[in-house]
Amino acid sequence: MATFTLEVITQERSVVLADVEYVLLPGVDGTFGILAGHLPIMASLGLGVLEFGPRQGKRRKIALGGGFVEMHDNKLTVMAHTAELAEEIDVLRARQARMRAEQRLADRKADLDIARAQVSLQKALLRLKVADGDQ
Amino acid sequence: MAESSREIKRRMASISNTQQITRAMEMIAGSKLRNAQETVIATRPYYERLTSSLGTALRAAEDSGESLPEVIRDRNGESYCLLVFTGDRGLAGGYNAAIVRRAEQFLQEHPGTEMVLVGRKARDHFRRRNQTSLAEFVGLGDQANLRTAQDIGHVIFDFFEHRLFDRVSILYTEYINTVTHRVKLRPVLPLPVQIRETQRSQLEPLYLYEPSIHAVLETLLPLYVNAAVYQALTEAKASELGARMTAMRNATDNAGELIQELRITYNRARQAQITREIAEIVGGADALQS
Repeated sequence: MATFTLEVITQERSVVLADVEYVLLPGVDGTFGILAGHLPIMASLGLGVLEFGPRQGKRRKIALGGGFVEMHDNKLTVMAHTAELAEEIDVLRARQARMRAEQRLADRKADLDIARAQVSLQKALLRLKVADGDQ
Repeated sequence: MAESSREIKRRMASISNTQQITRAMEMIAGSKLRNAQETVIATRPYYERLTSSLGTALRAAEDSGESLPEVIRDRNGESYCLLVFTGDRGLAGGYNAAIVRRAEQFLQEHPGTEMVLVGRKARDHFRRRNQTSLAEFVGLGDQANLRTAQDIGHVIFDFFEHRLFDRVSILYTEYINTVTHRVKLRPVLPLPVQIRETQRSQLEPLYLYEPSIHAVLETLLPLYVNAAVYQALTEAKASELGARMTAMRNATDNAGELIQELRITYNRARQAQITREIAEIVGGADALQS
């Protein structure tokens, strides 16, 4: 099956550079897939799971903290706020972060930044989801 | 005489201690600098890719006649925000002083500028002058940290969206090579015209925008601000380490020269003493013979 190049970069590093058949992306209005030969596209990405690999079969996963994707000349570039491969995720830290966020939301102190606590909870849940799927 | 030669010896010992410290600091800065240099180089492609996509989307929006998102438009306001990058520690030659001096100049030119300060040196300087700031970030360490940069970018973007100011510039030290750094003032918001003009090739493909050009631009802008902040931070850190390394090398060299001079003085004093003692002995022997 036809392949194309996927590159996932954050400011710090290049997370993935690989030839793939299929990429599933967390768009802001729901997930969408991209195959080789897709028209040039730019899209906003939300918090979510990015999957890449063969069309059918086992795909690798990335926990994506939002960002932007651009496809042209059969090359897909994801510029992410944060991006971690499933095997890089520190499950213990994610569990702790989830607990902290849940605690803060449960306490509801007056100076609580609810939006921020919710975002950190979502991030922690996402990491756990991605990491578990890998095992 | 014996007194003064002991004095000279003591000074030599003390200077050589200092020299060992400065030499160690030079080497530490040098090894950290190698890392920092790699970070600077690694972050450049991201920034270029992002600005080029931003340019493409901007042109597409203008061609299609779609209205631009609020945050992208130039409000033609004159209220500034200045983001200042200095180090947390001194002993880096004129590194911090140069930035602070430029920041003061900026304040003269644009009174009423809001400031966001990074690094203890900037904070302390402006605190002494009772100059308030919107936010301060200190204790960043020697390595540029993406999380911190994103926090800073987030704060600035948030304030910008809420119209606390109309323009944002970053003041940092551009890293050119180990010994050359330049204080640089870079306008970030509203988007500089150059970004609109970054053209990848003659023939630009027609893009689809998901969910819309508007939304894509709104996603890109905070990414762009963060990228600009992170890049400035990496360059500032590399420059600081470079400046510290150079300053410490100079200090080590100066200590070496000082020791050299003292050694000559010491040897001369010792020789004079020996000569005098011989003269005394010869004089004494002569006196006995006659």
